[in-house]
Amino acid sequence: MAKANVICRCEEIEIDEIRKWIAEGYTEFDELKRILRVSMGPCQGRGCRDIILRELSKATGKPISELRCGIIRPPVKPIKFSLLAEDK
Amino acid sequence: MTVKTTDFIVVGGGVHGASTTYQLAKAGYKVTLFEDRYLGAGGSGRSAAGLRQHFGTEVNCLMAKYNLQQFPTLEEELDTGMPLEFKQWGYMWVAYKDSVLEQLQKNVNLQVSLDIPSVMMTPEQIHARWPYLCLDGIIGAAFCGEDGHINCQTLTLSYGHAARRMGAIIKTFCPVEKLIAEKGKIKGVITKDGEEWHADKVLLSAGPWSTPLAKTVGIDLPVYPERHNLLISEPVEVFECPMVLCMDDGAYFKQLPNGTFMFGRDDQDEPRDFNEGNSAKFLEGVTTSVLKRIPAMRGVRVVRQWSGAYDNTPDHNAIIDWTPVEGLLVNCGWSGHGLQFGPSGGFLCKQLLTGEKPFVDIHRYRLSRFAENDLFFEPAFI
Repeated sequence: MAKANVICRCEEIEIDEIRKWIAEGYTEFDELKRILRVSMGPCQGRGCRDIILRELSKATGKPISELRCGIIRPPVKPIKFSLLAEDK
Repeated sequence: MTVKTTDFIVVGGGVHGASTTYQLAKAGYKVTLFEDRYLGAGGSGRSAAGLRQHFGTEVNCLMAKYNLQQFPTLEEELDTGMPLEFKQWGYMWVAYKDSVLEQLQKNVNLQVSLDIPSVMMTPEQIHARWPYLCLDGIIGAAFCGEDGHINCQTLTLSYGHAARRMGAIIKTFCPVEKLIAEKGKIKGVITKDGEEWHADKVLLSAGPWSTPLAKTVGIDLPVYPERHNLLISEPVEVFECPMVLCMDDGAYFKQLPNGTFMFGRDDQDEPRDFNEGNSAKFLEGVTTSVLKRIPAMRGVRVVRQWSGAYDNTPDHNAIIDWTPVEGLLVNCGWSGHGLQFGPSGGFLCKQLLTGEKPFVDIHRYRLSRFAENDLFFEPAFI
């Protein structure tokens, strides 16, 4: 069946999967990241981070500003290996 | 303040702490684990997650064999809904110098004597099997096809999840302020939130953070952090590229089950602290080194780099031993190969904590070896 409500397009994760793991007690963005790979794909969470934080905020009652939101790593935007390698 | 009591306390929620907690809970004991951040936040979840039986010391080979016996059915056993992504695409140590090849041969001889199916390969055999690898200048390699990969993050989280299901208490974001001992005997821990927990037996398995924690009861551990970096590419078609470890400059790479590639490389200049930041020098250096060996990756994109700390000891081998404080067990100092020892380390620590006979002879892992100047060098470390 086609996925209905994909919030992480890099890893094709639906909102229901996020809610399921939050209900299991994983109320840290970094935990969801490590279970589902959300924000580890090419967009590093540009698409899903805000939506996930909103769900975490609803579940924990904490404002989004108080939640830990994971780390965005270089190179931020995917670039070709050949651009980084020194050709010798 | 109310003091809480439990049968066992585990300090540190990496793979060894989580696995030990799982084993104890499965055996019906009351166990509480304390973790500073989330499970796997330290070295376990930042690992290159290679699984190998290529070691040059007997006890490490036996432990590694136990791990590889557990991994194929572990996802089913833990039954958490988290995929462990276990794959056996092989692990290869590539030699560029005669002395390195000789050592690899010695290691393989030991492995074969212990029924580990490792083999030596010639450059021609390597080229025929993996024609996309461009390993100019190599003189041979050691390879084991049973070895492979696992998802280091879901592995650690799954152990914790299953342990919790069996009644263990897992306290995340609950850092331990100090261990407490009385008259030479461990008593428990005090958390930074001011909770006091008592148990007759405490396991300290906090990777490089074990050193400052052990110090709170007067124990000196020769374990220090050393940062290592990794990067990951976008996914490409899966062609089951094994782990290839180049023994000239320490570069390594492998394909992961989702098609992405992981590159890593050792660097002696990396900080020896808990820094988990980024390094442009790594990104350029590792890419230059790895693209020479697998030029087909030139047009593929790098997505992310990250880093984490090894928990190094002077001889690059773990410490699994009772400390001079009665009832305090340590399991740390794995020096970069610890993730894959989660199954055996957890089982062994459960045996020690509950007074059973350990399934391997742990004499070589003893803490006193440093003071006795009887170091236990592992020839196969990266």
